[in-house]
Amino acid sequence: MNRRQTYEARQRRRAVLIASVSTACTLAALILLVPLAPGWPRVQQSFFSADIFVRTFPRLLEAFLVDVAIFAWSAPMIALVGLIVALCRSTRAPGLFPLRLFAMLYVDIFRGVPVVLVIYLIGFGIPGLGLPRPWNSPYIWGTVALVLTYSAYVAEILRSGIESVHPSQRAAGISLGLSEGDVMRFVVLPQAVRRVVPANMNMLIALQKDVALLSFIGPVEILRQAGVFKSLLANFTPYVVAAVIFLAVTVPATRYADYLLNRERDARS
Amino acid sequence: MRAADERAGGPKLALSGVVKRFGQHTVLDGVDLDIARGEMVCLIGPSGSGKSTLLRCINLLEPVDEGFVRLDGVDISEPGLDPGPIRRRIGIVFQSFNLFPHMSALANVTLAPRRVLGLSAAEAEPAAEALFARFNLAQHMRKYPDQLSGGQQQRVAIIRALAMQPEVMLFDEITSALDPELVGEVLDVLRQLRADGMTMVIATHEMSFAREAADRVCFIDDGRIAEEGPPAAIFTAPRQERTRAFLRTVLR
Amino acid sequence: MTKSQTMGLFFGVFALGLAVAAGGAQAAGECAQGKTLVEGKLTIATGNPAYYPWVVDDKPEDGKGFEAAVAYAVADRMGFAREDVVWTRSTFDEAIQPGAKNFDFNLQQYSITPEREQVVDFSVPYYSAAMAVLVRKPSVEAGARPELASLKALKWGVMAGTTAQPVVTEIIAPQSDPLLYDDNTNVTEAMKAGQIDAAIFDLPTALYLAAVVLDDGVVLGQFPADRADNPDQFGLLMPEGSALRTCVDEALEALKADGTLAAIEAEWLQEATGVPVIE
Repeated sequence: MNRRQTYEARQRRRAVLIASVSTACTLAALILLVPLAPGWPRVQQSFFSADIFVRTFPRLLEAFLVDVAIFAWSAPMIALVGLIVALCRSTRAPGLFPLRLFAMLYVDIFRGVPVVLVIYLIGFGIPGLGLPRPWNSPYIWGTVALVLTYSAYVAEILRSGIESVHPSQRAAGISLGLSEGDVMRFVVLPQAVRRVVPANMNMLIALQKDVALLSFIGPVEILRQAGVFKSLLANFTPYVVAAVIFLAVTVPATRYADYLLNRERDARS
Repeated sequence: MRAADERAGGPKLALSGVVKRFGQHTVLDGVDLDIARGEMVCLIGPSGSGKSTLLRCINLLEPVDEGFVRLDGVDISEPGLDPGPIRRRIGIVFQSFNLFPHMSALANVTLAPRRVLGLSAAEAEPAAEALFARFNLAQHMRKYPDQLSGGQQQRVAIIRALAMQPEVMLFDEITSALDPELVGEVLDVLRQLRADGMTMVIATHEMSFAREAADRVCFIDDGRIAEEGPPAAIFTAPRQERTRAFLRTVLR
Repeated sequence: MTKSQTMGLFFGVFALGLAVAAGGAQAAGECAQGKTLVEGKLTIATGNPAYYPWVVDDKPEDGKGFEAAVAYAVADRMGFAREDVVWTRSTFDEAIQPGAKNFDFNLQQYSITPEREQVVDFSVPYYSAAMAVLVRKPSVEAGARPELASLKALKWGVMAGTTAQPVVTEIIAPQSDPLLYDDNTNVTEAMKAGQIDAAIFDLPTALYLAAVVLDDGVVLGQFPADRADNPDQFGLLMPEGSALRTCVDEALEALKADGTLAAIEAEWLQEATGVPVIE
């Protein structure tokens, strides 16, 4: 190790030490001081009851599987519809103007309307037209509502990604004799998609939380189940349980996404 | 078709009265230029004089408003013509942003042969590898563009165009964005191509290269060919005052 | 008389005067004195929106509807004039969260349960509700009958977090999991959309929904009062340890004793005759 490396290693150790000490101090202050507040026993009983935590955890975990399932089948559909709409918006051919107009209206409308309203409108409205069971299921139409809304956001993100690819890239592809479609598929889209991965990760995390909105039209997922426990037990601990379950999934997921992004970046530089 | 043209003995590429406008602005104002098979023509002239646009019109990246572009005597500037098959016969390399950054150098080179010519990977790769070897880039084949120097990137871009076995190559200031020490290796590739008998049109600011290597030099100014001739004539005894003024500033 | 004796006498008289003044207020029967959120006012919370027949037109200040009328009767007994009653709105969550409350009592068909009593106070019950099953005509035509075996086969919906929910899951135990909703409107919307066949409400609500909200609503049957451990009883909800509770209870007991409560019930809640009891 040369002089500079020794110095930098020492600086790093110092930084880590300072960060650890300050974190420990903050935590200690929270743990020691908060219970001194006069309302703490009430708050503890209402939000952090160990007994209720244990009693409600298994059922809440089970309800969380409903969220996971809705998320799992919505996300690929959102990616597909979002891509189609983004491609519609990015077409250049003058003959496809109606397609471009439709995509623009679609994006404007679904980005401007609250998700909850779309869920109500589609979740109750379309089955109300007289669809027979099981085609009137709130799972189906709730999913449709989520897909419609989120696709609008994803389409916008993808379109901005497509537009961020330098025009020379398209010219380079075209001049090699590639068709417009091939240029989009092999040259522009791969670059566009890579650039918008972080933005889309945020959409995925938001989607995972918004899946819970489907409970408005009937499905009993984790937040609804937590609400039920809250009402029956007159206690908010079930929501804390739900938050813990959510965090157990989202935190590793975001960390993993960051890791993938960093790895790709490192691999190429 | 080629046999027919060789019989006819006409130019490989012929431009007559080419006009290109962007809105109110006329960029090319009636360009006439014949290029013989195997000829290397250098286009020189101030920035914005229309050199790039001229190349893009030959390659059909920009449609011409008036006039004709003929390849082997066939009008390729006719509106409504499918440009794909023609572009395949005319390769072009730009100043920058040529390579697709998400693909390895090899994948950059094999993409068009596979998608346009319908070759399999097994067919396209040996040919591409041979090109990399010929231009001394074999050891960089698997690298991504951002792992290559600017000069290497431009050489890979040339290889990529060559992989389509074009009949004509266009170069649009391919050394202008490079650090000076990297210019030489790229110009060497052009010399090599000339030795192989490739028909080439080169827009360039490298006057010494144009002087030494070109068969003919065209001075373009204000959307027209102001003066053309063998490099010795243009560089030592320009006839036009504008040509003299331009050469004074760049050769100072 | 020494100076200190004079002083003592003076303070003695002053103290006596204070005691008389305080006694005077007590004598006026103001049990709630100093115990309400705002002195001299009684702040009452209800749901947002409040539904018929509990509150008419979502205007509790009109005193129309069962709960609105009960609220004013209780206020009257506690010595509050009509204009001293202040209405506010609250959700269930606001009612049970720790910390200060923005109401003296809250009535929106809160069923009294032991779990809830751990965190809030309830008055004595002001209404005992039977649970009733609401369906639409097509279900009846398809053969739904007020028998447990028949009910099990239906697709159920219920308002989440209400005491109606355990009735569905534990007593009816239907073949498919019930769907849960936020409020009455969503439950009836789901019925209209055909996503659920049946829902459970307290009988007055069920009768109202069947008659007014649904075009083809039918109250299929009601559960006997002894079906659950204790019948669903509504109480006025107060913050835990509310000093007002004894006053409220006294007022309610008085209203029961003199027949006022029964009269209000007769005025606002339909006679539930003809609804079959589920066996």
